[in-house]
Amino acid sequence: MRLLIVEDDREAADYLKKALREAGHMAEVANDGESGLAIALDESFDVLVVDRMLPKRDGLSLVSELRTRGKETPVLILSALGQVDDRVTGLRAGGDDYLAKPYAFSELLARVEVLSRRRAPNSAETVYRVADLELDRLSHRVTRGGEEIVLQPREFRLLEYLMRHAGQVVTRTMLLENVWDYHFDPQTNVIDVHVSRLRSKIDKGFAKPLLQTVRGAGYMIRDGAR
Amino acid sequence: MTALGKLFRTTAFKIVAVYLIVFALFAMAVIGYLARHTQALVVSQITETIDAEIKNLQEVHADSGIGRLIDVIVARAQQPGSNLYLITSFNGAVLAANVTDIDNVTLSRQGWSEISYRRTDDAADNLHDSRALVRVAFIGGFRVLVGRDIEERERLRQILAAPARWSLVVIVLLGIAGGLFVTRRVMKRIDSMTATSEQIMRGDFGGRLAVTGSGDEFDRLANSLNAMLARIENLMGGLKHVSDNIAHDLKTPLTRLRNRAEEALRPKHTEAELRRALESTIEESDNLIRTFNALLMISRAEAGEVRKAMIDFDASEIARDVAELYEPVAEESGLTLGIHAPDNLPVRGSRELVSQALANLVDNAIKHGGTTKGSKVTVAARRAADRIEFAVGDRGPGIPAQDRLRVLERFVRLEESRSRPGAGLGLSLALAVARLHGGDLRLEDNSPGLKVTLAIPAQPGQTKGA
Repeated sequence: MRLLIVEDDREAADYLKKALREAGHMAEVANDGESGLAIALDESFDVLVVDRMLPKRDGLSLVSELRTRGKETPVLILSALGQVDDRVTGLRAGGDDYLAKPYAFSELLARVEVLSRRRAPNSAETVYRVADLELDRLSHRVTRGGEEIVLQPREFRLLEYLMRHAGQVVTRTMLLENVWDYHFDPQTNVIDVHVSRLRSKIDKGFAKPLLQTVRGAGYMIRDGAR
Repeated sequence: MTALGKLFRTTAFKIVAVYLIVFALFAMAVIGYLARHTQALVVSQITETIDAEIKNLQEVHADSGIGRLIDVIVARAQQPGSNLYLITSFNGAVLAANVTDIDNVTLSRQGWSEISYRRTDDAADNLHDSRALVRVAFIGGFRVLVGRDIEERERLRQILAAPARWSLVVIVLLGIAGGLFVTRRVMKRIDSMTATSEQIMRGDFGGRLAVTGSGDEFDRLANSLNAMLARIENLMGGLKHVSDNIAHDLKTPLTRLRNRAEEALRPKHTEAELRRALESTIEESDNLIRTFNALLMISRAEAGEVRKAMIDFDASEIARDVAELYEPVAEESGLTLGIHAPDNLPVRGSRELVSQALANLVDNAIKHGGTTKGSKVTVAARRAADRIEFAVGDRGPGIPAQDRLRVLERFVRLEESRSRPGAGLGLSLALAVARLHGGDLRLEDNSPGLKVTLAIPAQPGQTKGA
């Protein structure tokens, strides 16, 4: 994956670049909004990581200018502001995701990986499959090895989100935001408990566990044999 | 600015000046009216006297002839302090008179005129020119002039004019003195108010405006300003308390963080130990970030910034969603979580903030209400008059009545050991959210346990079934 980091704090940008490289990605760095916009328009990236407050041109204006010029590269907006209304303005300006500083690198990595594959053709699929687990988005039926699994509506949405991003790490915050539509910190490990309930429904009694905990990051559903 | 310049600019002075002018004009009008009226009275007395005299002379002429008329006039003219008399023949020859220098124009026609005259008995060098009101009548072909000195009228005018002038002077002087007195009094109070506010602005928030107890406008103003100051002082106190708490509650984990890093730097640590130290450092900083975010959220809610992003939503949905989010955690803690929320409880507000406030309450109930296995946490939403109430009840130890207000403050936690996780911000945020929506937060005895009720106004215009 090739990324562009637009961030005026050089230390933060270098750290991000190094960490992304260790995760197997290539990253360029621009230190202000104008040069960030120019590079983003000139070259082709999988994801842009744009800080909201930048010299010369702020992050929101960079993103909306990019969208006006027809460039649809997914954008993750980073901001020291993190409240609901800031997030809403950020997304309205054309950002695809929003992450408040300070963040855990695992959180950022999970989000850019999801963003980079967002427009994969399987997003229109009506049936998700991971090994022998099947989820039918139209009939709301979940089966494993041909046997039906009864899920609560929320459990269904949780599984749907995990399966849409099968093979990718999804963090607890991503689940809270996308499955519950909450952007606050619930303080307790509520998500873990929901996931472990789901796991007991889809993995219990099967030899091959599909829903895995990624230590220090979140969860991932995948066919473990692969 | 000079003291006098300052005086001229005061509102009180301007009011006094206007009153002074109006009052002086009124006084002048009254005096003028009196003067004119009195003069008219004097003049009418004079004319009546003259008319009577002429009538009398006409009778004398009619009864006794011209010779007798002349005799009577001569006799009357010689009396001291008498009226003015003059009688001429057809051709204008003076037959008898006690006045001279009467011009022919006056004598040539009958009627009234006001003339200058000299008495015949005046010394020749007496140039004193007197004024008189005279009437000329033709009696039997003779011209008879009867007049009366009007010096009396002039004297009266003077008698009236002098006091009028003096009283005007006195009115103006008294007005200025009164104005100065009133203005100074008013200015003194305003100056003292200004001085007090300047003192308060310099940082002495204990200062209060003086109240005289007279109940006048200044007292009312001072009272309401004092009430405002008391509120500000209270808020400032709260703010200071909060910043003290922030200092304490953020410095403590920062110190721990630093100590751990320092400890890890000492030699002879295994890699596993170093790793553990780093992990706990990250965990500690995550907690700090969480606390910061909660504080930021509270201050944003308190500042009302979120108001523009408010939407209509169903309170029962929020209650059910939050209950559903926490239900597995409650079960894991050995609690049951019950939810009672009838459909259609429309409210307007921030769905996110209300959810978070409710989540905090449920989180608290699960953390503190779990003393006995199988005890119950209830989440309820209902309509109470024009409000929607979210109630979260637990069966835990509860909060003593005297502590219920205190726990709403930021960072206040009842267990002094602070052993359980949390920063003591949950209830503060719930309160801030309630206030943001124009509602409130109540802590009550759930006998046993604690019941926290978050009430916000229901969306008006929408009733059940709408």
